[in-house]
Amino acid sequence: MRCTSILRSSFILPAVALLACTAAMAQSPTYKVGRPPTDAEMHSWDNVVGSDGKELPSGSGTAKEGAKIYAAKCSFCHGKTGVEGPYPRLVGGTGTLNTPNPIMTTGSFWPFATTIWDYINRSMPRDTEGTLTPDEVYSLTAFLLFRNDIIKDTDVMDRKSMVELQMPNRNGFYPANPESTTKNGNWKPNWNQAKPASK
Amino acid sequence: MSSKTPNRRGFLKGSAALAGLAVGAIPFANGETFAVDKPEEESPLDLSYGTRSHFESSVRSVTLGGVRDIVPGMPPPAGEMGQRLTPLQDSVGIITPASLHFMTGRGSHLPDIDPREHRLMIHGMVDRPLVFTMEELKRLPSISRIYFLECTGNSGLSHYKAMVKTLRAANSPELTKSTHVIQQVHGRTATSEWTGVPLSLLLKEAGVQKNASWLVAEGGDAGKHSKSIPLEKGMDDVLVAYAQNGEALRRENGYPLRLIVPGFQGVNNVKYIRSIKVVDKPYYLKVETANYTNLKPDGKASWYEYQVGPKSLITYPSDAHTLPGRGLYQISGLAWSGRGAISKVEVSTDSGRTWKDANLQQPILRKAHTRFRMPWNWDGAETHIMSRCTNEYGDIQPTMIELAQLWGDTREPHIPAADIEKFWESAAIMEFLSNPIQPWKVGQDGSVQDALYINFKV
Repeated sequence: MRCTSILRSSFILPAVALLACTAAMAQSPTYKVGRPPTDAEMHSWDNVVGSDGKELPSGSGTAKEGAKIYAAKCSFCHGKTGVEGPYPRLVGGTGTLNTPNPIMTTGSFWPFATTIWDYINRSMPRDTEGTLTPDEVYSLTAFLLFRNDIIKDTDVMDRKSMVELQMPNRNGFYPANPESTTKNGNWKPNWNQAKPASK
Repeated sequence: MSSKTPNRRGFLKGSAALAGLAVGAIPFANGETFAVDKPEEESPLDLSYGTRSHFESSVRSVTLGGVRDIVPGMPPPAGEMGQRLTPLQDSVGIITPASLHFMTGRGSHLPDIDPREHRLMIHGMVDRPLVFTMEELKRLPSISRIYFLECTGNSGLSHYKAMVKTLRAANSPELTKSTHVIQQVHGRTATSEWTGVPLSLLLKEAGVQKNASWLVAEGGDAGKHSKSIPLEKGMDDVLVAYAQNGEALRRENGYPLRLIVPGFQGVNNVKYIRSIKVVDKPYYLKVETANYTNLKPDGKASWYEYQVGPKSLITYPSDAHTLPGRGLYQISGLAWSGRGAISKVEVSTDSGRTWKDANLQQPILRKAHTRFRMPWNWDGAETHIMSRCTNEYGDIQPTMIELAQLWGDTREPHIPAADIEKFWESAAIMEFLSNPIQPWKVGQDGSVQDALYINFKV
């Protein structure tokens, strides 16, 4: 509205002014409610980790270190070696996904190591979620990767190796590139594009 | 009876006195009487926040079993605090009371968040990262919309199997009698009026940058439920809601703040929302990779599917009911579609041979439950009753066989009906987006039973 009135009241309208006006409309907030986050808020809340690992903190760990933490904090629910349970099995299952009894674990099914890191970091262990240090989370992730024969027990997992690691089932999903599906507006489910079989 | 304008009670008393009968016992010709108002309370009721009549007993039920069974002696697994299921068999109209709205619990306990301390942060690829208090959010222009929610796994075969296994193990006639497919298998859907701020308003306030295409929403619950959502949807009709059906959200439904992502699977509707990060790709979080993906027989899984398909369900009569005898009944049910408004609901009362259009209750809202009804004169013979809906785009609710074909590998689109069970046994590891036509079998004795899931071996 502001721009319109400027347009109407100006006999001579330099192109610069028009551009500035358009830019201002696109950028300025309308309601000016809310405030910028503090550094502390950004630090404690901006910690959801994506596959690029941009949010991963510094730190590192190996499976050897992770084994001790796993025994103390994880084995109660997931079993001594990550297989026994009672709660979700974390280890094994390679080669079972196309069988009648697929075993979907961090090793056989999860497509990104960053997902393991992120879930352990923010959602584990139950009742004390969010209490593990970055080194502990790197170590536990390394332990699960080692138990699934994806890395060696001496391999150091850190921000860089976490992102570079190619998980065995990375290509086990379709569409292969879901990030591009939103750009062409094609984020509706597959089945909406298919026609139900006629009776 | 001295008053010039006698009230009803006075009139009844007078009539009773005239007839020489006890108060309240006015006999009809068949010996029945009007109901008698006889409160049991000694002292005045606390009416400051209402409760329903003590004669009403419709309640949510706990999920029996689950995708992952809770192990005796162990705490529930993380992310599986348990579900509470809406008693659809008792539903009328389109609004579900908040107290009966289904819930899925994540993390180790039900969050108890002080709204004075709650904050929502919008950050990432924005010009101005912003933090809002609840008070600030409520100062912004708000809207109210009526939308359904449906859990991603609603009506899934695994819920039926878990129910049957649990009932077998419990071996309790009482539990079996009070357990119904309409609630246990289908009860993860409900409709409410949600009030809050459009997410698009907050995003514009923060100034979304040019190359952004996705959002990562994070909740403040113990399990920090998080989900990637396309920015396009966020700019369309997503609500940051603080109220449900005219009052603050309930704790189990996200108090004090949650996302409503209309028409999308329940998993996207992040409760206790505290952070929305604007990014340029999905974040491949646990609930969009390890879970909520559909593993197909070829060992590959489909992911990043969102919309709830067209779906309808006869809620009365269903397997929670018994018909007392032949005669007139009102078939009643719900229809909804994640993509658009319901344009038609057809009902068959002769096992699918013929279909008639049901009456649709106005208002028919996009991405909300629509109530349908049809009078039915039951002749006392055994039959199957079922409904199917069509949305405004012409999408038709599929049968279970059609659904399996849709979900099947596209390279193998035509599975013979005879092999359908085999297909499901291998394909339905975690079946989502389940919207099959649900037939109910009405027996000569007036019993009503599930006639769909019962065909699968458990």
